[in-house]
Amino acid sequence: MQHVQTLIGHYNYFITIFLMVSGLYIVIARGNMIKKLVGLALFQTSVYLLYIEPGKIIGGTAPILDPAFKVYSNPLPHVLILTAIVVGVATLALGLAIVARIHEAYGTIEEDEIFAREAQE
Amino acid sequence: MKLDLILRIGVKFLLPFILLFALYVQFHGELGPGGGFQAGVITAGMVILYAIIFGVDAAKRIAPQRMVEFMVPLGVLIYAGTGVAGLLLGKNFLDYSVLAHDPPHGRELGIFLVELGVLITVSGTMTALFYAFSERGR
Amino acid sequence: MVLLTLLAAVTIGVVRTRNLFGVVVLAGIYSFLMASVLIVLDAVDVAMTEAAVGAGVSTVLLLATLHLTKSMEYPKPRKAYLPLFVAIGTGAAIVWGTYSLPHFGTPDNVIHKHVVPRYLQDSIKETMVPNVVTSVLADYRGYDTLGETTVIFTAGIGVLLLLKGRRRRRVDEPGEGGAT
Repeated sequence: MQHVQTLIGHYNYFITIFLMVSGLYIVIARGNMIKKLVGLALFQTSVYLLYIEPGKIIGGTAPILDPAFKVYSNPLPHVLILTAIVVGVATLALGLAIVARIHEAYGTIEEDEIFAREAQE
Repeated sequence: MKLDLILRIGVKFLLPFILLFALYVQFHGELGPGGGFQAGVITAGMVILYAIIFGVDAAKRIAPQRMVEFMVPLGVLIYAGTGVAGLLLGKNFLDYSVLAHDPPHGRELGIFLVELGVLITVSGTMTALFYAFSERGR
Repeated sequence: MVLLTLLAAVTIGVVRTRNLFGVVVLAGIYSFLMASVLIVLDAVDVAMTEAAVGAGVSTVLLLATLHLTKSMEYPKPRKAYLPLFVAIGTGAAIVWGTYSLPHFGTPDNVIHKHVVPRYLQDSIKETMVPNVVTSVLADYRGYDTLGETTVIFTAGIGVLLLLKGRRRRRVDEPGEGGAT
């Protein structure tokens, strides 16, 4: 019984880890570069969820101080994840710029074709 | 009658409200959710929406490329300048409590200036990224 | 939670779709669902940022790159069992790790005890700002935010260096590009 209760309480964490695993799978198993970058963004977003979930207090409210509320959810993960989201979009922009330049240099964005072309030269 | 007439008129109505919302989010970041990053991205989104509907050249007339590229380092300068101002007035780097007549007001003023710097950098960078990507495709 | 199950379904869609435009649209839907989940978890600032950045700027940049690289679909990938094995192995290890996490939503978590009560109590007294996330971000941890603004600045400069300047024809100069 204790085991089942733990499982139900941890359902959120299981879904988060499923998202993380599928993001990782896209990055290492697909060859198209834009899809890899989307998979990376998926992976990063699941990590944000993993950080914020333990901070929530059931019955608490958003961490904006007000005399009417007594219990607040933990604001510290919010601060760190705010920084992480913006850094993530900066990385995505740089990655997409590099993909555009790779396409200009090689004519394709498939990883296999680029490796084949490099092996020929 | 062009087919995208509804889009054009609708967007022309919406754009001032988007800008107003961005400024609201920026200045009420202390009393509610919000702050510099969200306001910067919403402002850049307004310029991008205008560029999508009316063309990049029209957008470059209201947000010139030189000005946007100038905004990118200006925000970091404002942020670091606030920090150095604390240093020059006798205390540590990024200590805002010396910027006004008593420490809580000083810190509130420091937070305001810092969020302004973040707004300028984020909106400038997102708009400059969009301009760069669209220039390459010509 | 229903939203999380929807998120998982959208993720399966992203893995299996081969049309890149569909992948970008599904990524936008994913960001929007993620923002809703974050609101339920009481993270309102983070939800606003994730919605604006993920479903806004991120989608626009992906679509711009799709236009630049003129790609719409990619061929069927070969069956890859080693990556699947690695991914599932990593997932199992992390699941085993989360067993020792405390129950979801309990107020006597360890992370609520260290430095957060001080932030929650003193934020109005010391900074007169009710939004604790803003005061921690800009005042108590202002150094990190300075680093983050510098990262955005660096990424902007990097993209401008990569993408400005005239587009070279591939026949004349192979691989050598750059600004003016």
